[in-house]
Amino acid sequence: MNSVGKLVQMANDIARNLEAMHLPDPAKATADHIARFWDPRMRAMIFERVGTAGDEGLLPTAVNGIRLLRDRGAPAPQTRATEFNAVDEVGHSDAG
Amino acid sequence: MAWLGELDLGTPAVPASTAAQVTLTIDGEPVTVPEGTSIMRAAALMGTSIPKLCASDNLAAFGSCRLCLVEIEGRAGYPASCTTPVANGMVVQTQTSKLKQLRKGVMELYISDHPLDCLTCPANGDCELQDMAGAVGLRDVRYGFEGQNHLVQPTDASNPYFDFDPTKCIVCSRCVRACDEVQGTFALTIDGRGFDSKVSASQNEDFLSSECVSCGACVQACPTSALQEKKVAEIGTPDRAVITTCAYCGVGCTFRAEMRGEELVRMIPWKDGKANHGHSCVKGRFAWGYAQHQQRILNPMIRKSINDPWREVSWDEAIAYTVSEFKRIQEKYGVRAIGGLTSSRCTNEETFLVQKLIRQGFGNNNVDTCARVCHSPTGYGLSTTFGTSAGTQDFDSVDQSDVIFLIGANPTDAHPVFGSHMKQRLRQGAKIIVADPRRIDLVRSPHIEAAHHLPIRPGTNIVLLTAMAHVIVTEGLADEDYIRARCDWDEYQDWAAFVSERERSPEAVEPLLGVPAEEVRAAARLFATGGNGAIYYGLGVTEHSQGSSAVMAIANLAMVTGNVGRPGVGVNPLRGQNNVQGSCDMGSFPHEFSGYRHVSDPETRAMFEKAWGRELDPEPGLRINNMLDAATDGVFKGLFVQGEDILQSDPDAQHVAAGLAEMECVVMQDLFLNETANYAHVFLPGSTFLEKDGTFTNAERRVQRVRRVMKPRNGYADWEIVQLLANAMGLNWNYTHASQIMDEIALLTPTFRRVSFDAIDQYGSLQWPATDEHPEGTPTMHIDHFVRGKGKFVVTDYVPTDERSGPRFPLLLTTGRILSQYNVGAQTRRTDNVAWHPEDLLEMHPHDAENRGLKDGDWVRLTSRTGETTLRLDVTDRVAPGVVYTTFHHPDTQANVVTTDISDWATNCPEYKVTAVQVAPTNGPTKWQEEMRERGRISRRIETVAAE
Repeated sequence: MNSVGKLVQMANDIARNLEAMHLPDPAKATADHIARFWDPRMRAMIFERVGTAGDEGLLPTAVNGIRLLRDRGAPAPQTRATEFNAVDEVGHSDAG
Repeated sequence: MAWLGELDLGTPAVPASTAAQVTLTIDGEPVTVPEGTSIMRAAALMGTSIPKLCASDNLAAFGSCRLCLVEIEGRAGYPASCTTPVANGMVVQTQTSKLKQLRKGVMELYISDHPLDCLTCPANGDCELQDMAGAVGLRDVRYGFEGQNHLVQPTDASNPYFDFDPTKCIVCSRCVRACDEVQGTFALTIDGRGFDSKVSASQNEDFLSSECVSCGACVQACPTSALQEKKVAEIGTPDRAVITTCAYCGVGCTFRAEMRGEELVRMIPWKDGKANHGHSCVKGRFAWGYAQHQQRILNPMIRKSINDPWREVSWDEAIAYTVSEFKRIQEKYGVRAIGGLTSSRCTNEETFLVQKLIRQGFGNNNVDTCARVCHSPTGYGLSTTFGTSAGTQDFDSVDQSDVIFLIGANPTDAHPVFGSHMKQRLRQGAKIIVADPRRIDLVRSPHIEAAHHLPIRPGTNIVLLTAMAHVIVTEGLADEDYIRARCDWDEYQDWAAFVSERERSPEAVEPLLGVPAEEVRAAARLFATGGNGAIYYGLGVTEHSQGSSAVMAIANLAMVTGNVGRPGVGVNPLRGQNNVQGSCDMGSFPHEFSGYRHVSDPETRAMFEKAWGRELDPEPGLRINNMLDAATDGVFKGLFVQGEDILQSDPDAQHVAAGLAEMECVVMQDLFLNETANYAHVFLPGSTFLEKDGTFTNAERRVQRVRRVMKPRNGYADWEIVQLLANAMGLNWNYTHASQIMDEIALLTPTFRRVSFDAIDQYGSLQWPATDEHPEGTPTMHIDHFVRGKGKFVVTDYVPTDERSGPRFPLLLTTGRILSQYNVGAQTRRTDNVAWHPEDLLEMHPHDAENRGLKDGDWVRLTSRTGETTLRLDVTDRVAPGVVYTTFHHPDTQANVVTTDISDWATNCPEYKVTAVQVAPTNGPTKWQEEMRERGRISRRIETVAAE
């Protein structure tokens, strides 16, 4: 699978699982997730993919989230996983 | 053995919760101790050593040697002080004429049947029998030495690390009791009675063939040289000790590195180690010889092409070449064309410097660490539910657990010292529920039997967790008082409605899970009603396509039963490597700085920019798998790898190799030429944990010291090498000691504000957060409330993995670890631990083997849609039909050539635990294995520098 194909798969996985969490706005949560964790090139690639091939192969939540991010920028954190510590905050951990 | 410089108080301390105190008089001196303390221990605490041979303060009192007799006013006879508890007003004499006479008599009997070769004995100067002979004033043995004796018996030298010489054994049973009480393996016994009594391993087997797991607890317990380390026999007794921390797993055992000069003689687990309490496993105690292995690389090397032999060069040349190549690549391909991987085995200080090098020096956030492939879903999942994913408990919390739910973890193999601790609690009566496709040791082993074993089909963790939640909610077992007080009630109700649906019930999901519904119901009821319920989990939860979601489901289960926020409960991720917690704390992820602050946060970034003197990238960088994808796209061209072997440990090995092959400069900093180094252009020889100062952070958030015990054979500690790179890039770093790096970390990372080398020396260890408010650290979190507010119930609907078994690949492969080897085996394969696991084996159920015409020991081909490999078969009913299992410790196996690129949706943690495979007979290695061997042969040629 080429890189764009992988990004499509990743976006679908994110969208599908955020839907599975019964969030009020999984598309916005998808946008939030991609904004916080994908590097600029990956984001540019998926924007281009949506721009050229539309929603082909992408779940509705995924394509809506990508368009939201592309057109309006990163939303506020939609889950606590994307609420990171403030500069002087203590206690959060993302440890593996 | 006599513990060099450490006092043995004779019998264990009573539980810390004991409030009542007792005052007695010993040899005319008053002493006050907790109720239940033995006279022996009370005397030791006041500085009086009562002679002893069968007593040790990590073992229950035994009362067999009869040396420790005392006289108690008003009591007849001469009771053993080890088995007699103190009483208020008791008056004890430890040294009287009669006691002296009795003790001499005991010693005469011992010495009458003991070799008199003290001067050539390995334990000379380190022998409690010798000490006691001196203590009681023994001058002659009236029995003589001509009677029947045990002086001619063969030594069992089968174990690679220690010998058993029965001629030196005094049958004190300390070894047997250590194996039982401390380790929990029950491999030893005293066979026979009276004069015929002897220590027996398993059924009179040699140690290597027996059930002994070589933890060394028996060797440590032995008061003579009956059980003796081979290194002590070879080198001599040590004369000094340095406290340091193990570099293997996430338990973080601390040891006394006992030295003679700069030579390490042995590693003895430190009694005051908060994580291990004086115990260890075979790896930490014995498997440190890799530091001296002949394959260790000690000189820097470079080469233009991965097909060229390596050329040994000076440090200056290697560093200059690295920097010039990275600069060239960035000029040609862009700032984001290079990146690096920190090591979860290097110190906090070292990983901090690597991410600093990348952020300050490379100018991007392309940094990642091996936590990506193990517990990154823990971070995502627990942050979402609890607001923070730090381990909520310490290891000692298990002492107060009543029901342990163990899912996707095998602590007796992967966290052995904690596994032993857990078994101690289970032997006291706690119950355990095990959810694992395999029958791991904690399902059934000596004196351990799981109340419920749930051998679920790989990939169905969430189905099980939801089914258990269904039972708890629908049967009215939820702790609603707790939920109302600590969690969001509205979210709970939404979640409760979801789990209560009929299709979530154990009966509805039984065909999918592969476990009887009634078993799931019973397990759920036990967890909800059995008292303090603690959940322990590992990579069998996280390494799935829904790893993060499964962690959330676990958190839901803990909250619905009120099991968070006090000792004995909690959600306990068993983190793998010695410093994986630390490497994440230090900012090794591409999206965050140290202290878990996002790179896009302007205030945090400004603070680092001010400290480091340059503008920093506000955009998230690439994860490991994304780096490899970018490499195959032709835009990622340079990689610095410290202490990692991604070609062996990461999934879809062919893709990893393809990505590495596309890069123009791969720089390895490591001890050995590993699989990834086959694709490297620069090799910078690293240092071991014995050769540097720093800190590791274990799975309890416990920051502990690593102390240098010998000079680095390669010339530099790992952090010094990174500094060389940084200064060659013009960054002007000037650290002269690792403590200065920790001081910088403390300045820039609120959670570490009061952490320093001095503070760790003062307190022994510190569990972060260590702040101005809590300068001594924070052992337990979320006691009254979750750190970030209310606990959050999150609906976790099941999304089946795309990896399905079918006609072409009808079996499911899951992978894991074994006790004697560690991860990719880079260290342990270069020690005598190969005696136990010289190759990876494929475990397969007898029915599956029979259907394929396979038998135990056959060579088989393991094939998936990604690739194939060959290895030897182990037919066993430890795995269920339809499931196969292997380890990944040996590079020849290439286990990860069959694993796929499917990963956790949130973190890209690879789905190692679910790969659809087929198994068939074979008569030779695969093409890939042959190619890898040939690549290794070509790649590991070294041209040495010609003598001038």
